[in-house]
Amino acid sequence: MKTFKVIASVTIAAIFSSCGGENKPTTATAAQEEPQSMVKDAETYDPKRGEGKFTAELLALSDKLDEAKAKIGEDASNVKCTSCHKMTDEKLVGPGWKDVTKRRTGEWIMNFITNPDPMIDKDPEAQAMLELCLVRMPNQSLTDDEARAILEYMRKIDGLK
Amino acid sequence: MKNLFKIVALTGVVAAAGLQSCKPKDTSNAVSGDAGIKAYVAPGKYDEVYNFVSGGFSGQMSVYGLPSGRLLRVIPVFSVDPEKGWGYSEETKPMLNTSHGMVPWDDLHHVQLSKTNGEYDGKWVFGNANNTPRVARIDLTTFRTQEIIELPNSGGNHSSPFITENTEYVVAGTRFSVPMDDANGDVAIDTYKENFKGTLSFISVGKEDGKMDIAFQIQCPGVNFDLSRAGKGVSNGWFFFSCYNTEQANTLLEVNASQKDKDFVMAVNWKKAEEYIKAGKGRKQAVKYAHNTYSEKTHTATSEIKTEVLVLDSKELKDICYFIPCPKSPHGCDVSPTGEYIVASGKLAAVIPVFSYDKMLKAIAAKSFDGEFEGIPVIKYESALYGEVKKPGLGPLHTEFDADGNAYTSMFVSSEVVKWNIKDLKVIDRQPTYYSIGHLCVVGGDTKKPTGKYLIAYNKITKDRYLPTGPELSQSAQLFDISGEKMKLILDFPTIGEPHYAQAVLASVIKDKSVKMFKIEENAHPYVAKGEKETKVVREGNKVHVYMTAIRSHLTPDNIEGIKMGDEVYFHVTNLEQDWDVPHGFAIKGADNAELLIMPGETQTLKWVPTKVGISPMYCTDFCSALHQEMTGYVRVSPAGSNVPLKFGTGITKPEVAAASK
Repeated sequence: MKTFKVIASVTIAAIFSSCGGENKPTTATAAQEEPQSMVKDAETYDPKRGEGKFTAELLALSDKLDEAKAKIGEDASNVKCTSCHKMTDEKLVGPGWKDVTKRRTGEWIMNFITNPDPMIDKDPEAQAMLELCLVRMPNQSLTDDEARAILEYMRKIDGLK
Repeated sequence: MKNLFKIVALTGVVAAAGLQSCKPKDTSNAVSGDAGIKAYVAPGKYDEVYNFVSGGFSGQMSVYGLPSGRLLRVIPVFSVDPEKGWGYSEETKPMLNTSHGMVPWDDLHHVQLSKTNGEYDGKWVFGNANNTPRVARIDLTTFRTQEIIELPNSGGNHSSPFITENTEYVVAGTRFSVPMDDANGDVAIDTYKENFKGTLSFISVGKEDGKMDIAFQIQCPGVNFDLSRAGKGVSNGWFFFSCYNTEQANTLLEVNASQKDKDFVMAVNWKKAEEYIKAGKGRKQAVKYAHNTYSEKTHTATSEIKTEVLVLDSKELKDICYFIPCPKSPHGCDVSPTGEYIVASGKLAAVIPVFSYDKMLKAIAAKSFDGEFEGIPVIKYESALYGEVKKPGLGPLHTEFDADGNAYTSMFVSSEVVKWNIKDLKVIDRQPTYYSIGHLCVVGGDTKKPTGKYLIAYNKITKDRYLPTGPELSQSAQLFDISGEKMKLILDFPTIGEPHYAQAVLASVIKDKSVKMFKIEENAHPYVAKGEKETKVVREGNKVHVYMTAIRSHLTPDNIEGIKMGDEVYFHVTNLEQDWDVPHGFAIKGADNAELLIMPGETQTLKWVPTKVGISPMYCTDFCSALHQEMTGYVRVSPAGSNVPLKFGTGITKPEVAAASK
C-alpha cells in the first residue's frame, strides 16, 4: 500500500521533470479584435433622422432646386441606383422614388443610402420595406457628395423647382 | 484501498500520456493538454498570422490562418481555375501565355513575401513555376496574381523566387541545365558537359508598382541549381545557391549525381554583377519570353513577347561567382537573421555545415582556393566553414530561424524538426513530424527580425493522420508552438496540392490593406456598362458583344434574341454592386469553358459559341440574395442565316414619368 503511493508520486514527478515547463498556465493566444456589432442602443434611435452622419442642421436644405447638383445626382444614380429603383411609384427591386422626399426627411434619406446596413437592422420603416422587397439594399459606397446630389435629384423628381 | 487503486490507475494514464508527449514511438499524436487552446480561434475572431503556402503541383498558392489552420483562400496562379474563371475568362487568358503558347498548369514550389529592410512589408508575395520557368507576383491588397514573367535560357525554375532584402531582385536559378536558347539545342543528350549551361536570372522589381523585368542573367556551368537565399545585413549584396549534380550527369541522377563527397554552394556577388551590367559587359542575347500583366483598372491582362536579355558570363568575369564545397547534394541554403551564417543541408550528409560570410570574404581575399570548377574558383571548405552541427538527424533539408538565435532544420529521412543554436551549433530539441517533413516555416523565419512563436512543418507523407479518402490523401501540415525551449505540436491540418515552401507573417502587416471592392467609376474596361442605361448588344459580323450588368438580383439584358449558329458571343458582365463580399457569378448552358465570378465594380467576359439551335438559359452562380434563384435569363439561338432580329432587354415595366430624365 505504501509502495503504491511511492510509485504514483515518482511517476508523476517523472512526467513533469522530463517535460519541464509543460504545466505552465496558458492563455488563449489568438485574441484579436472582434468584428464591430452593427446594432447599437435602440433607445437612442431617432426614426426621423435615421442613423449616420447627417442631420437637418448639417444639410440645411434650401427650398430651391440646384439644377447642376441634380444632374450630377442623376448621373450617379444611373450607375448605382436605377438597376433597382424606378423614378415612378412602381416597385422594381426596391421601391420607386416618386414622393420619397415627401415620405422621409432629407437626413433620413442621406443616412439610409450611405449607411444602409445598420438602418435596415433597426429602422422600422426600413424593416417594413425589407419585408416587402426581400432584398437588403446594398451599400453602394456613395461618397457624401454623391449622396447629396442624389437627394437633389430625388427632390427634382418630386417637383421641386 | 479502493480509492487508492483508482488514484494509481489514473496516475498511470496521465503518466503514459505525459511520457508519450516526450518520446512518441508510434503514430499517435503526442500533444500536451493545452494544445487545443493554443490552436483554437473562436468563431468570429481573426487568426494572428497569415500563412502563404505553395500549392506544389496544384500550381496555386493557398492562404491559411494560424494558429487555427483555417483555409482562407486559394489564389489561382499558374493553373487554370474554372471556379474563378482564371485562365478561362477573356481577361485572364493572357496571364497564362508563354513562349510555348497557353500553358494551363504548373508546379509552384516556393513563396516569398516582399521585404523592406529585410522585413516583410506586406506588399506582394511571389511564387515560382518549376516546370515552364516563370515567376508570379501576387498583390496583397487584392490577393490576386498581377504579373507573370517567363524565364529564357532556363529548364525549370526551382531556386526561386528568393528575394533581396529590399526586394530589388527576385532570383530564378535553373534546376535543369540546358543549351542556351540562342544555341542549337538539337544536340545529343550525352553532350551535357559541352553544351548544357545553367543560368541565374535576376528579375528587378519596381519599388512602387512591383513591375518585374529581367535585369540580367548570369551564365554558369551546367549543374542543377536547387535552392537559394539572398544575403542580408552584413551579407547584403550576395546571393547563395545550392548546387547538385556537379558530376554533370545526364541520366540516372539518383546514382550518378550522388558520386562526389561534396557538391557546392555558389556564392554570387550581385552588386558586382550590377556594376558589370552598368559597364556594358552584358551580352545581348536573342530570346523569346512572355511577360503578362493584369490591370485592376481595365480588369484585363495583356501579354507581351519580349525578345532580348542581357547575359553575363561567370567564366569570363572572375569575381562574380565562387563555389564553396558542401557535403553530399545540398538542398536548403539558408541565411541567418544577421546575414553572417549560411546554413547548407546536404540531403545525404551526416552533418549540417554552417558557413561564415566573414570567413568566406577573407578566403576570397587570400585566394584560399582549391582550384576551379569549370573556370569558377572553388573556396577551400575549411576556409569558409564556421562549424558543423554534429549528429543533427538524417536527411537535413531546410532551415528557418527564430528571434532568439536558434535555427530549426527539417530532417526528411528521420522525420523530425531539430532545433539548434546558431552560435554553439548544439542541438537543443528535436520533435517528430508525421511523416517525412519537407519544408518548414517559422513566422518571419527568413527575415532580419524573425517573429518566432509558431513553426509549421509541411510533410510529404500523410498515411493515417486523417480519415481515409481512398488512395489519394491531402498532404499534412503540422503546427508547433516554439515559444518555449521545447517545441510543442499543437495542430494537424490538411493542405491543397503539395506544399513546398511557405511563409508566415503577422496578420497586422497585411489585413488592413485589403481591398473590399473595385470602384465602378474607375472601371476602365473597354466593354464596361456603368449602369443599366449602358447595357446593349452589338453585332460585329459573327461576333456579338453583350454589355451586361449584374445587381441583386437580375441580369440586364436577361432576354436576348437574334443570336445565330456560327456566332461567337462575348458576355461582358459588369457587377454594379459597391459593397464588400457581393460577387455575382455568370454561367450559360453548354459553355465549353467555365463560369465567371465577378467582384463588385469589376467587368469580366465569358466567350460562348452556341452549339445548338434553341433556348439557352443563363444564371448567376453565386448565391447573392433571397431572390438569387430568380437571377436568370434566356438566350434564343436561331439557325445560321436566319432573319430573327437582334433584340434584348430586361423587365418590360411601366414607362418612366416625364420628370425622370429631363
